[in-house]
Amino acid sequence: MPEKEMLLKYCGVIDPRDIRTFREAGGFKAWEKARDTMTPDQVVAEIKASELRGRGGAGFPCGVKWELARKTAADEKFLICNADEGEVGAFKDRYLLQGDPFTLIEGMAIAAYAIGARTVYIYLRAEYRFLRNNISNAIEQAREQGLLADLTIDIFEGAGAYVCGEESALMNSIEGKRGEARYRPPFPPTEGLWGKPTIINNVETLSTIPHIIANGADWFSKIGTEKSKGTKLFSVSGDVKKPGVYELVLGSSLKELVVDLAGAENIKMVQVGGATGAVIPSWLLETPLAYETTLGSGAVTVYDQSRDILDFVYRTVEFLAEESCGKCAPCREGTEAMLEIVSRLAGGDGVQEDIKALEELSASMAISSLCGLGQAASIPVSDTIKHFRDDYETRIKQSVFLRSLRGAPSTTA
Amino acid sequence: MSGFQESIVVTERARTALLEKLKEAQRAHGHLSKASVSEIAQSLGAPLSEVYGVATFYSFLSIRPRGRYVIRICKSAPCYMKHSEMIVEAVAKAIGIKPGQTTPDGKFSFELTNCIGACDMAPAMLLNDEVHGSLTPGKIASILKACV
Repeated sequence: MPEKEMLLKYCGVIDPRDIRTFREAGGFKAWEKARDTMTPDQVVAEIKASELRGRGGAGFPCGVKWELARKTAADEKFLICNADEGEVGAFKDRYLLQGDPFTLIEGMAIAAYAIGARTVYIYLRAEYRFLRNNISNAIEQAREQGLLADLTIDIFEGAGAYVCGEESALMNSIEGKRGEARYRPPFPPTEGLWGKPTIINNVETLSTIPHIIANGADWFSKIGTEKSKGTKLFSVSGDVKKPGVYELVLGSSLKELVVDLAGAENIKMVQVGGATGAVIPSWLLETPLAYETTLGSGAVTVYDQSRDILDFVYRTVEFLAEESCGKCAPCREGTEAMLEIVSRLAGGDGVQEDIKALEELSASMAISSLCGLGQAASIPVSDTIKHFRDDYETRIKQSVFLRSLRGAPSTTA
Repeated sequence: MSGFQESIVVTERARTALLEKLKEAQRAHGHLSKASVSEIAQSLGAPLSEVYGVATFYSFLSIRPRGRYVIRICKSAPCYMKHSEMIVEAVAKAIGIKPGQTTPDGKFSFELTNCIGACDMAPAMLLNDEVHGSLTPGKIASILKACV
């Protein structure tokens, strides 16, 4: 399937500091159409019919979420734009915020109108503070042009915590608490920020909204596969000739992205979806990029044949152990235990039982952790054990042999 | 709503300013001292323990003194694959401290950080709020020279 420009349509074309260039290119027409010719219920129905799913990683149907918030009676509702792009290898939201903040603002105006929110928070990660002026300038210009009426859009800056990209931790962070995940239910569309109905959408999801409203749900739902509609941005990095942001129709193959477009060679494996993403070995490169298979946030990191699997696993688990918020035991203790085992394996002190221990630990963390971080933390571990078991076993055998030369006890292996 | 309920809502909502207040104090004093943490807790009517909890939760907040320039080199996979360790070495050599330390003159703090979303220009680092990408040891020298 081909490359297609929808989200990247205005990047590099308009001047992100000047709203007039965006309006001349057709910007804010979708918002005017929604505001002047559609009821909020019609907007929600249109998004629901488009079958748009969340682009931040979880992939929940956007319209279903909106409908729930729309229908929940409350004196106050909130919209939050999740710009806490902390996933390892992800930078596509940065690209949108830099190149086209206006489409995002248009999407937020439509979303707030649809669910009935008067206040919008953009949760911007601290690492992206350098984008703040670009965004606030765009908001200011939209306000001056009379496009926002009485809608308040505030930028809320994070302070360095990966877990705050998780929606319940993000709300705690806005409420001035530690960024720890919450127990669910209740879910945010019924009880979110300060207990009020809240919709949290990723930058890319909200930036897709104007295109759906402008062209119609029918047009949108014809793009992509049965369960994955539209286009998706991919952040490609690692062992590629041309790292960068690419936009593809959902269902395109991983090979098309990393080989044809980004110029990868001698691939060993590709991680799709960031630190907790699936590991795809070179022999499965034809895998389509879609919600049915593997997608996540669209972070794609390519590893060539020179890379060491255990080194990769160690770095990934170290990251997750550092970023675990500490609220629930399965993730807090599990990631630490996993790190201990993996560092032993990577450092040449592994024993045969370690693989089994990792498998057991993975299974229990996946079912008992409170949020996505702990639930998915084991994916890179279990995927590499599945596809690259030989790398683990060879390392253990070599380690046992080397230890025997040093005269150390051979222990159980 | 009764007056009592309203005042609870006001107190609860006021806490949304906490992170920004902590950051302001850190910008003014270089770190979060005991005094500023308790002052902020009082001004928001929040328990000191909880404010301390927040101050120590986030990696961009520090209860220890920091330099005027905070260098954060990304150590995540995409940067690591592009030899971020060479950049770490270059910085360590140039300013004479290891990651986790601050120079005695209070000019630089040096840290390793997780993914900063600049993987397309790896290896990358943050110097205070600014991103520097496609780093080489040579570039490090000129970037640090510009810090006065």
